[in-house]
Amino acid sequence: MKYEGKAIKYSDNVDTDVIIPARYLNTSEPEQLAAHCMEDLDKTFVSRVKRGDMIVAGQNFGCGSSREHAPIAIKASGISIVIAKSFARIFYRNAINIGLAIVECPEAAEDINEGDTIRADMDSGIIKNLTSGKEYKTQPFPEFIQNIIENGGLMNSAEKGIL
Amino acid sequence: MGMTMTQKILAHHAGLDTVQAGQLILANLDLVLGNDITSPVAIKEFAKLGKDSVFDKNKITMVMDHFAPNKDIKAAQQCKMCRDFCIEKDIAHFYDVGKMGIEHALLPEKGLVTAGDVVIGADSHTCTYGALGAFSTGVGSTDMAFGMASGKAWFKVPSAIKINLTGSLRKYVSGKDVILTLIGKIGVDGALYKSLEFDGEGLKALSASDRLCISNMAIEAGAKNGIFAVDELTLEYLKNHGAGEPTVYKADDDAEYDEVIDINLSEIEPTVAFPHLPENARTFSNIDIIRINQAVIGSCTNGRLEDLIAAAEILKGRKCAENVRVIVIPATQQIYLDALRMGLIEIFIEAGAVVSTPTCGPCLGGYMGILAEGERAIATTNRNFVGRMGHTGSEVYLASPATAAASAVTGIITSPWEVMNYEV
Repeated sequence: MKYEGKAIKYSDNVDTDVIIPARYLNTSEPEQLAAHCMEDLDKTFVSRVKRGDMIVAGQNFGCGSSREHAPIAIKASGISIVIAKSFARIFYRNAINIGLAIVECPEAAEDINEGDTIRADMDSGIIKNLTSGKEYKTQPFPEFIQNIIENGGLMNSAEKGIL
Repeated sequence: MGMTMTQKILAHHAGLDTVQAGQLILANLDLVLGNDITSPVAIKEFAKLGKDSVFDKNKITMVMDHFAPNKDIKAAQQCKMCRDFCIEKDIAHFYDVGKMGIEHALLPEKGLVTAGDVVIGADSHTCTYGALGAFSTGVGSTDMAFGMASGKAWFKVPSAIKINLTGSLRKYVSGKDVILTLIGKIGVDGALYKSLEFDGEGLKALSASDRLCISNMAIEAGAKNGIFAVDELTLEYLKNHGAGEPTVYKADDDAEYDEVIDINLSEIEPTVAFPHLPENARTFSNIDIIRINQAVIGSCTNGRLEDLIAAAEILKGRKCAENVRVIVIPATQQIYLDALRMGLIEIFIEAGAVVSTPTCGPCLGGYMGILAEGERAIATTNRNFVGRMGHTGSEVYLASPATAAASAVTGIITSPWEVMNYEV
């Protein structure tokens, strides 16, 4: 799977309470959640995010609550992939299970600037910053995890008989 | 090479003799938990599988605690969806208003978890049951759905940090001060993907409530689970709560740990975590005058009877400070009833506090004590992220029930040692 888009950059410890505040958890509809995505950290996110854009963040992205609403909101907002220095473990699991592409790459997460155009090839594990020309190598996911993400998550994959 | 306590439990539940850190396994589950926020997503996912029944109706529990009693129409719809599903699937352990409590206080109280179990819950604080010698961890709704259908979950076997406890706690110091001190030391991702395994001769000085509070906040250090070695106290607690037959797993003597951290409980002081991360732990020699607008005593972290007793000891015969709203939330109906019979509720009301029905409520900014812009709360809850209890311009300071009660009396963040004239 290949993704291309502009980087929206955040720092360390972006928690699930700012990704989707609990006051909006009285619904699980992706579009309704996306309308409030990142609201308590960055009020401009919803208006400026374009389909295909990427979130590039620091350490421990998605820490806090187990709410699957967080990766659901990010995915429904149009974000194609989250590149971070590291992920909180429940968010990491949830992202794969609902089919949101994620990748740990500390070097890329450090270097990439807000607004840079990025190409991420998840089959080869190569991330290229088209703005700066720099390239980064990451460990690609095993095939079965890639299949889960590409087929829209664990349940959709199970439904299609892929697992 | 030997295994950690967590690795032994996981190996046994995966039908393997041994496992190693990093290995992917499929484990059998003893209990699958969800609440009114996370279960609706799981129920929708479950429907995709087209299965008529769950794997075992006695091994699934749903607790309506986050926005219940229903805070608004949407919350009511979500609770109804859970209720309908549990009736249709004949789920044995469905806890609705009147029977419910905050899930992580309720499950141990009801004896639903025993030592040696593997438990997943679609709530990050599911790690609480590590206090009882179980492997328990928070997952998302999809894992919950898959668990309800198959009774299984995949895990990457974690490595561990061993916490070696010595000494015993001083008066007005509790498990909350221990875990805030530890998170202050290792940071909010200090145990990322790992187990925290608590052991050592200091174990015997920690009550069940202290242990449940410490395991509860393992996730705030990024940990996969926080587990205590099983001792006499654990076994007695399980017996008193009618839990199933315990299986005691002990870490091998040659188990390998990423790190061993020594904590002398005798040195722990009342501790407060400053906004906006639980790792911002400070003791009172480093705390200036901070005025508060609200104090919250409750939550899955600190809403147990022992917590209410600690708060009541300080509030007895005293008044909450002018302009400080004090909200006490017993975590379960049983705790509420016990507190009532012991006269604690009367102490709280006479001090000027309100007492609420069990709910997660304000801890996650749901309802029942939301903060306005510029307001500050001291809370016995578990997270102080931006906007966690209300407006993004509000602040939450995490502390123990004793410290929250002492602060409620003075209106500024205050050590219980000061209010109770305790000489260290």
